[in-house]
Amino acid sequence: MGKLLVKERAVVVPGEQIAEGMDYLPAQGAYRKDDMILAGRLGLLTVDGRAVKIISLSGRYAPRRNDVIIGKVIDVMMSGWRMEINCAYSAMLSMKDATSDFIARGADLTQFFNLGDVVVAKIVNVTSQKLVDLSTKGPGLRKLYGGRLIYVNCNKVPRIIGKQGSMVSLIKNATGCKIIVGQNGVIWISGEPAQEVIAIETIKKIEEESHVSGLTDRITEFLEKTCGKFPRQEQQPFEGEQQMDGQGPMDEEQQQNE
Amino acid sequence: MAYTKRLDGRGMKEFRPIVAKAGVIKNADGSGYFKIGNTVAYAAVYGPRELHPKFLQDPSTGILRCNYNMMPFSGMGNRVKPGQNRRAKEISMVTEKALLPVVDLREFPNAVVDVFIELPQTDAGSRCAGICAASIALADAGIPMKDLVSAVSVGTVDGTIVVDLDYLEEAYECEQGVADIPIAYIPSTQEISLLQMDGEITKDMLVEALKIGEEACKEIIEIQKRALKEKYSVSGEGNE
Amino acid sequence: MNKKNPVRDHLLKMLDAGIRLDGRKADEIRTVEVTYGISNTAEGSALVKIGDTQVVAGVKLSVEKPFPDTPDEGIIMVNAELLPLSSSRFESGPPSIEAIELARVVDRGLRESKALDVKKLCLKKGEKVWGVSMDLCTINDAGNLLDAAGLAAIAALQDTVFPSYDGIEVNYKEKTGEKLPLSKTPIPFTVLKVGKYYIVDPLQEEMECFDARLTVTTTADGTICSLQKGGDAALTVEDIDTMIGLSLEKAEVLRNSL
Repeated sequence: MGKLLVKERAVVVPGEQIAEGMDYLPAQGAYRKDDMILAGRLGLLTVDGRAVKIISLSGRYAPRRNDVIIGKVIDVMMSGWRMEINCAYSAMLSMKDATSDFIARGADLTQFFNLGDVVVAKIVNVTSQKLVDLSTKGPGLRKLYGGRLIYVNCNKVPRIIGKQGSMVSLIKNATGCKIIVGQNGVIWISGEPAQEVIAIETIKKIEEESHVSGLTDRITEFLEKTCGKFPRQEQQPFEGEQQMDGQGPMDEEQQQNE
Repeated sequence: MAYTKRLDGRGMKEFRPIVAKAGVIKNADGSGYFKIGNTVAYAAVYGPRELHPKFLQDPSTGILRCNYNMMPFSGMGNRVKPGQNRRAKEISMVTEKALLPVVDLREFPNAVVDVFIELPQTDAGSRCAGICAASIALADAGIPMKDLVSAVSVGTVDGTIVVDLDYLEEAYECEQGVADIPIAYIPSTQEISLLQMDGEITKDMLVEALKIGEEACKEIIEIQKRALKEKYSVSGEGNE
Repeated sequence: MNKKNPVRDHLLKMLDAGIRLDGRKADEIRTVEVTYGISNTAEGSALVKIGDTQVVAGVKLSVEKPFPDTPDEGIIMVNAELLPLSSSRFESGPPSIEAIELARVVDRGLRESKALDVKKLCLKKGEKVWGVSMDLCTINDAGNLLDAAGLAAIAALQDTVFPSYDGIEVNYKEKTGEKLPLSKTPIPFTVLKVGKYYIVDPLQEEMECFDARLTVTTTADGTICSLQKGGDAALTVEDIDTMIGLSLEKAEVLRNSL
C-alpha cells in the first residue's frame, strides 16, 4: 500500500512527508524513514512511476559528465589550462583535449587560450573528488570573443533553453543577439547593447517565473512589447554555433507547461 | 512568590510573535530572516564553494562553517565592539553543531558551505534565532538536508517552566532563580542538536522543560517551512 | 589601460550606444529607499536600499571623556563593516582597506561639514561628553556601497534620540524625546570615469572596470565638505569639474529620499 501525501509539482521543504507506505521508492533528493518517504532538500516533487524525486530549485552547479559549459581561463599551465566554471570546483582543459592540431612541447599555450578567455567546453570526466576534465574538441566548442557573461540559477537552465531550444530561440530572434547557454548557469550574450539588455531582462524574467504556467506566452508578449513584432521563423544558427537542446530533469515539466 | 504571570503577559508555553522570510539577500546562494519578539537575525549561505586554506579540506565531505556575529548596535546596553569576541566564537561553534546532523555534504568533497549570521537587534534568544534563520538559508541554498532545524529557549523563572525567555526574564530577580536553556530540535528524528544552560535546575524540571521546548519547536518549524514555500510559490499553493 | 579587461571593453561599447550594463543611462540612479528605526537597540538606525544594494547604519551614544585638545566637544566615530554576509568577496576578520576608506570618507563628510554641533554634545567640560558611534553594516553588495552607507549614516543620525542620563549612568532603556543637534545633511556621491564617460551609482561589475572615481560629499546648500579620489588613473581639472557638477546635481535625488 502506498499513498502520496503531497500534490505532484508542489514545492516541498526538507523533512516534509511526501508519501507513506512501501509502494513508492525514494529517488534523487528524497529518502525513506521507516514507512514514510521524506524530502531531502527544497525542491519540486515529481513522481516517475514509483520513484519519488525532488527536483532542485536552487543550489550551485554540480559538474556532470557531458554537460556543455562556459568557463573562464584562470591559469595557463605547462600542459593545459585551468578554468573557473562557476562552481566549487575548478576544471582542467589539457592540451590534448583542446585541439586536434599538433602543439609542440614547450610551446606558448597562451596562443590558444589566454588568462581571462571565455570558452565553451564540454565536461568529459568528473572524478569522485570532483576533479573536472574539459574538452574543446567538438562542434560549437571554442573560445568566445566579445559579448558579455551573465550568471543564472543553473537549475533554471532547461527552462531558459526550452524544449529543443525553443525558448532561447525566441529570445535570439526577437533581439538579434547571439546567445549560448551553459549548463553551469553561465550565459554568453552578444549583440547590440540595447538588445543585449532586453535579452538579459528576458532571461532574468524566465529565471524568476519559471515555475508559473503560461511562461512561453508571457515571454513572447514581453519580447513583442520591448522589441516590436519580430519574424517568428527559426533563425539559422551561426556557423559553428551549437544548438543546445534543453537537457535535464525539467523537460517533463516543460512539456506539460507548453 | 512563584512566577504566575509573565512580564509581557504571554502564556507560559507561548513564544513571542515570529516573522520568517527566505531569500532576503540576493548575492547569497541562500538566505533567511528570522524575527522572534525583538530579536532579529539575518543568515546568508555561500556555497558549496572552494575552501581555503587547503589544509582544512576534507576529501570525504564538504564542511559546514558557521559565523555568528552581533552588529555593534544590537546589544541591549552599550555598543559591542565589532569583531568576534569569545562568546560569538562559541555560539558559532554550537550553531554549526546544531545544523550538522541534518545536512549531507558528501556530494561536495573538499568544499565548504559558509553560513553567516548577523543580528541588527537582540532581546535574548539570539543564538536560537540565528539557528532558525540559518536553517531557512541552508534550505534556500538547495543544500541536501534531511530536515529543517528549529531552535528556541526554554527555562524556568522562579520555579515555573516558560518558553522563549526575553531579556527581562533572563535577568529577573527572584527567589528560585532563572534557568535559561537554549535548544535546537530536529522534528523528523525527534533529536536535540543544541543544548546549553545558564542557571540552576533539577533533573526532573529539565526533562519536563525539554519536552515543552520540543513542542514549541514543532510549531516554530512550521513557520520556517511556510517562509520557504512562500518564496517559491506563486499564489499560495505549489505551482502550475 | 594595460590590464586586459573584457568587461570594461564591453561597457565602453555599451556607453557608446548610450546605456550601461543594466540598461540605465550614464547619469541614472537606481531606486532609492530609506527606512528609519530598523534596530530598536540602537539609539538611531536606518536601512538604505539603492537598487539591490542594502546598507544598515546604527548609532550608539555613550558618555566619554573628551579628547584633551577638545575638552568641550563631543566625539564622533565612524566604523564600517563589509560583512561577508553581503557578498562572496568579503571575508571575516579585521577591516579591509575598502572598509577603512569607506568609514573615513563618511566620517570626514560628517566632521568637516559640522553637521553635528559637537559643542552641544558637551556635558561637563574636560570631563564628560557624548560619544556618537556610527556603525555601517552592509547587508547586500550590488555596487555603490559608499553612497548607500553615507545616506544611511545621515538617516540614522536623524533617527537618533538621546537615552536618559542621570549624571552617573546612561539608562538605555529610557529615552528622552531629544534628538541630536544635526543641522545639515552631508551626503557622499560617487562618480566613476570609464574611458571618456562618467557614470553614477555603479553596479559591482562596473566598479571593477573604472579608471578613476571621485566621491564628493555635499550639503544641501551646495557646499563641498569632502573629496576622495580613487582609482589608478589620473583626472584633469575638467574631469573633476564635470564630476563635481554631477555629484551636486544627483546628491539631491538621494537627499530627497530622506
